[in-house]
Amino acid sequence: MKYQSQAVAKPYFVAAIGLFVGQILFGLIIGLQYVVGDFLFPAIPFNVARMVHTNLLIVWLLFGFMGAAHYLVPEESERELFSPKLAIITFWVFLVAGALTILGYLLVPYSGLAQMTGNDLLPTMGREFLEQPTVTKLGIVVVALSFVSNIGATILSGRKTVVSLVLLIGLVGLAVMFLFSFYNPDNLVKDKFYWWWVVHLWVEGVWELILGSILAFVLIKTTGVDREVIEKWLYVIIAMTLITGIIGTGHHYYWIGTPDYWQWWGSVFSALEPIPFFMMTVFAFNMVNRRRRSHPNKVAVLWALGTAVMAFLGAGVWGFLHTLAPVNYYTHGSQITAAHGHMAFYGAYVMIVLTMISYAMPILRGRAAANSNRSQVLEMWSFWLMTVSIVFITLFLTGAGILQVYLQRMGTDPQPFMVVQEKIALFYWMREVAGVVFLVGLITYIASFFVGRQEPEATLTTADVGA
Amino acid sequence: MSQAFTKAMARNIFYGGSVFFVLLFLALTFDTESAIPKRDNRQNLTETVAMGKRLWEVNNCIGCHTLLGEGAYFAPELGNAYQRLGGKEGIKAFIMSRPKAGIPGRRSMPQFNFDDEQLEALAEFLKYVSEIDAANWPPNIQG
Repeated sequence: MKYQSQAVAKPYFVAAIGLFVGQILFGLIIGLQYVVGDFLFPAIPFNVARMVHTNLLIVWLLFGFMGAAHYLVPEESERELFSPKLAIITFWVFLVAGALTILGYLLVPYSGLAQMTGNDLLPTMGREFLEQPTVTKLGIVVVALSFVSNIGATILSGRKTVVSLVLLIGLVGLAVMFLFSFYNPDNLVKDKFYWWWVVHLWVEGVWELILGSILAFVLIKTTGVDREVIEKWLYVIIAMTLITGIIGTGHHYYWIGTPDYWQWWGSVFSALEPIPFFMMTVFAFNMVNRRRRSHPNKVAVLWALGTAVMAFLGAGVWGFLHTLAPVNYYTHGSQITAAHGHMAFYGAYVMIVLTMISYAMPILRGRAAANSNRSQVLEMWSFWLMTVSIVFITLFLTGAGILQVYLQRMGTDPQPFMVVQEKIALFYWMREVAGVVFLVGLITYIASFFVGRQEPEATLTTADVGA
Repeated sequence: MSQAFTKAMARNIFYGGSVFFVLLFLALTFDTESAIPKRDNRQNLTETVAMGKRLWEVNNCIGCHTLLGEGAYFAPELGNAYQRLGGKEGIKAFIMSRPKAGIPGRRSMPQFNFDDEQLEALAEFLKYVSEIDAANWPPNIQG
């Protein structure tokens, strides 16, 4: 570790992994409820378990981004974190608020939670992904404010690099766009219109800046390629992200009561959204191929390359599959959407956080650069187990989605929703099996932190050095 | 990337492109705001509908259902439930008839124990949603 204050990243990463486990367990519960409809009913109904699944995902990714920022910003800025103490306080506030919210979901009926937390004063609850009680949302604003000002003060008073500035733009954007979660008009069309300003402009906007910045940082560190080259790529990638992604929001405005011209704007611009992801793939492979040195942390490089490939497949290809308005007319709100959501979130955001953890955690735990070979090999197993199972989850959901769309929305004799659901149950069973394999991969991942602790650090072989 | 294309050029594309498309997005948003009164059925947005929307929210209905295609994919689309279930009375009857303990082996909507006023509000809300001009979506009555 170059700077002592980078150590505050560690609790963030540990919390992220812990919440990740919770997310996957609830994913398995709702996956099973798809085929065994009364599983845990009425104790944990589907809507509650799904809310826990999606909210835990968002929260642990945010923990991951925050850990990544605390680790990379001091190194980029060449100074200690502005206030390590504030970073630790922010960590605990966020963790306790998050845990209380999840417990609230599980222990109190949702309408009771709304009443207890005074939702009537400023109703913001009950919208997908923004289910948190209004007080929790206010807490998130406080956490974001404290976090962004700490990171911002560090960046602006130290060496300014493209990596850290892009990260800062992404984080400020994240905090600002979240404010739209407080706007909940009675008019459903307006509600939906601005709801996407949080959801779309996060995951297909500012989060991609955070992703690009973390990826650039890890590639600079592991390949030794000239910073100038990497930063030029980063600018071009995020330029394409925002040029395509902002108007690309229009692909959510086809069927919610907004003007028909959005079908053109949305189709054209969101069809271009795979471009920045494709560039990211070319970028990552190019940098690794042109590396000036090999890095002993091979599994971190594997995660970095995996992120680039899987983000392109999940966000780019699977997004494009159903983004054109004439296609989306039939696929909107079907299992096709779910298929895309799973691979896009895993490929882009889960994997970039795991890339950063993989790079930083050995150093945070006292190694010079990398874990032992044994630990790295086990982590590589977890990479493949989780990645292959998300590919299968996506393929099974895509199969389910194609059948669902055909049986329910096309053909001469459209069938009712539940009739179709029963016909495609086999795909849900196979998805659940793939989900269990994912859990095995996650357990393997966690085990990799505990094996080979006593063994010496992995070093470069002569073959590596020759490369 | 080639040497002729410098980092400064890349940076300018990023800042210039972002600002341009943010402004274009705001312009389209402004136009949308002025166009939607003709489509969003606001003339029928009564107090009862607003109460229904709040009930829809605080019972987390979106956690199972889609509404105009957005939400969870565990239970049927409700943007056209008003037509599919046969009007307000059909909606109310369905909600009231859900068994408390669920249905063995099958998905079942929970019993929410709504009173008459709440049922009326939810049914009014779903009626209001069904009259939003959503460009002929969903494709058919099955949602």
